[in-house]
Amino acid sequence: MPKIKLSQRTNEIIREICASFDNSEGELINVLHETQHKLGYLPAEVQELIANELNMSVAKVYGVVTFYSFFNMIPQGEFPISVCMGTACYVRGAEQILHEIKRQLNIEVGQSTPDGKFSLNCLRCVGACGLAPVVMVGEKVYGRVAPQQVRKIIAEYQESTVKQEKHEM
Amino acid sequence: MNMINLTIDNRPVSVERGTTVLQAAAQIGIKIPSLCYMKLEDLNIENKPGGCRVCVVEVEGRRNLAPACCTDAAEGMVVLTHSMRAIHARRTVVELILSDHPTDCLKCAKAGNCDLQSMAQHLGIREIHYEGEQSTFREDTSPAIIRELDKCIRCRRCEMMCNEVQSVGALSAINRGFNAVISPAFEMNLDHSVCTYCGQCVAVCPTGALTEVDHTGAVIRALSNPDKTVIVQTAPAVRAALGEEFGAEPGTLVTGKLAAALRRLGFNYVFDTDFAADLTILEEGTELLNRLTAFLGGDKEVKLPMLTSCCPAWVKFFEHQFPDLKDIPSSARSPQQMFGAIAKSYFADKIGVNRKDLVVVSIMPCVAKKYECSREEFSVNGNPDVDFALTTRELAQLINLANIDFKSLPDEDFDHPLGESTGAGVIFGTTGGVIEAAVRTAYEVFTGKKLSRIDFTELRGMEGLRHATIDFDGLPIHIGIAHGLGNARKLLEDIQAGKSQFHAIEIMSCPGGCIGGGGQPYHHGNAEILKKRQMALYREDAGKPIRKSHENPYITKLYEEFLGSPMSEKAHHLLHTEYFDRSKK
Repeated sequence: MPKIKLSQRTNEIIREICASFDNSEGELINVLHETQHKLGYLPAEVQELIANELNMSVAKVYGVVTFYSFFNMIPQGEFPISVCMGTACYVRGAEQILHEIKRQLNIEVGQSTPDGKFSLNCLRCVGACGLAPVVMVGEKVYGRVAPQQVRKIIAEYQESTVKQEKHEM
Repeated sequence: MNMINLTIDNRPVSVERGTTVLQAAAQIGIKIPSLCYMKLEDLNIENKPGGCRVCVVEVEGRRNLAPACCTDAAEGMVVLTHSMRAIHARRTVVELILSDHPTDCLKCAKAGNCDLQSMAQHLGIREIHYEGEQSTFREDTSPAIIRELDKCIRCRRCEMMCNEVQSVGALSAINRGFNAVISPAFEMNLDHSVCTYCGQCVAVCPTGALTEVDHTGAVIRALSNPDKTVIVQTAPAVRAALGEEFGAEPGTLVTGKLAAALRRLGFNYVFDTDFAADLTILEEGTELLNRLTAFLGGDKEVKLPMLTSCCPAWVKFFEHQFPDLKDIPSSARSPQQMFGAIAKSYFADKIGVNRKDLVVVSIMPCVAKKYECSREEFSVNGNPDVDFALTTRELAQLINLANIDFKSLPDEDFDHPLGESTGAGVIFGTTGGVIEAAVRTAYEVFTGKKLSRIDFTELRGMEGLRHATIDFDGLPIHIGIAHGLGNARKLLEDIQAGKSQFHAIEIMSCPGGCIGGGGQPYHHGNAEILKKRQMALYREDAGKPIRKSHENPYITKLYEEFLGSPMSEKAHHLLHTEYFDRSKK
């Protein structure tokens, strides 16, 4: 894992989030949620700072981050792709869709493309089982996706950029 | 008393409210098998995650089987511990654990001492009906501990010890499902974590997932090298536990047989760390008196309380967690390292051997001692003062390899000059012992009077935090004692907050002190064993002709011939050390 140095501003943001939860160990999950919302992901250095602020071991923080699939430790791409692997999507071919996305982008689940454009994750059920199999790109939902459509979906985003909303580390 | 009546296996039993089914059954001689559950009675240590489900029992009127370790007995409860259904479930659980467990039992470091192996045997498992994916975690080696996580059964005993008992926080459960395992943060090596190498994780691991680094091979090589003079020192707590490895009752003292075994193994000189413990008292005791005298003289800068510094895991603990307090512990090296420094200077000169050709081996109840002797400050031009530290368990292994029938060995003595010790040196092996030894000497030096009694029973016991006030001829000296690093943390936080009233504090990392060290024969959750070892050391002390460190004639001689006086420049150079800030802040 490459080492990163957090900017002073990032340090402040994390400290503020921790303080807003009274630096309480019991609020760890809320602190992590809020921090990921602000920073986009939870690299080791961020977890260390949170552990320090909440006066708990960094091993415990890491334990929670790795337990919940919602938290991630690598930066999300500009367009985060999520493939639903819930039961309905799975039986209607989500795995083939996932395979096709991995092949097209040449990345594994949990990784980002080198240009930072796409990241790939699996999730469990977005509550749109009637549309199975479902793929999400950012907030946009694609239903009844077939492997042949993957190229077209990716192409939609290939040229465009969105304004970076996440705070830079 | 609020009593609960229930029946277990058709037998009535009456228990106090809050008693678990497991404990209730034990009261009437029914031993429900358990794996992850562990309780060290009177030490306030309990692991009860209810995770393995080996202890499941059938409870009338309840749909699911109940884990006996974390189900409270209830009025009128009807429990069946060996119904077909319970036995089947229990065996299924163990088979499932075994289906993702390496089957290299014949060559596993834990063979014969593995709780999982015993459980499979106990349940008569002859076939594993499940086949599937196998864990493939990487092996992690550190200076003291090896983690072989394919053998981890997620009982979480190590995590409980590391967090709740020791408050170290090096280990945590990480990931989920099949990938869940116990690990340092970011799956980093233990070596890069805040681990103190106290070895309490090793002491409680039911399988071979956590073991000590094996140095027996290196010691055998040294012993068979004709160009080397190989000497050995053995820590106090070893003599109270080694016998267990050869079938003796816990608490059997095997001091004489231990010396005999070491001699038969081929060590050129068989010495005793107790000698170095006496030396530690002279140095540390003098340092304490110097600080006290300065304090009484009005010196506001003097650091009090003074903390003991014999325990390497404790040293690493405060270097990581309380670096701001690193000037408070005594600068005295541990007995192991004092021994090494004296052996490779004073003794090497005496026998005319170059330090490079002198190999110092120590037998320790501890795994952190392996790390301690590898610390750079304890070497001269890359040559360590102590070359290898073996655990009590490793020594038993060596004795077996050398075809020695331990039980039939005669009692022999240690060699001179580094083998002579007092009762004060012996009790270093138990919680409260170092400070009692220090009081025996400090009192007489400070007051100039002979002690009317030698046994300071107020300093003894098994409570995690203890305190006592000793009257130094009109001057009350307040003493604190902590064993287990979580207890130590409480005393340190008081010091940080300026609330500590103590003049001196003894801290040992392991519950019970060194008798409960991570390198001792496995206690398998039986705290009685630790208490028996403790009593054995006090018996050894009581039977010694000399019981105060400053009366050890060979210590007197060492100062006359070589060191000058305690805290002299030479003593400072060889017997004292400094500490480092290991926090990342």
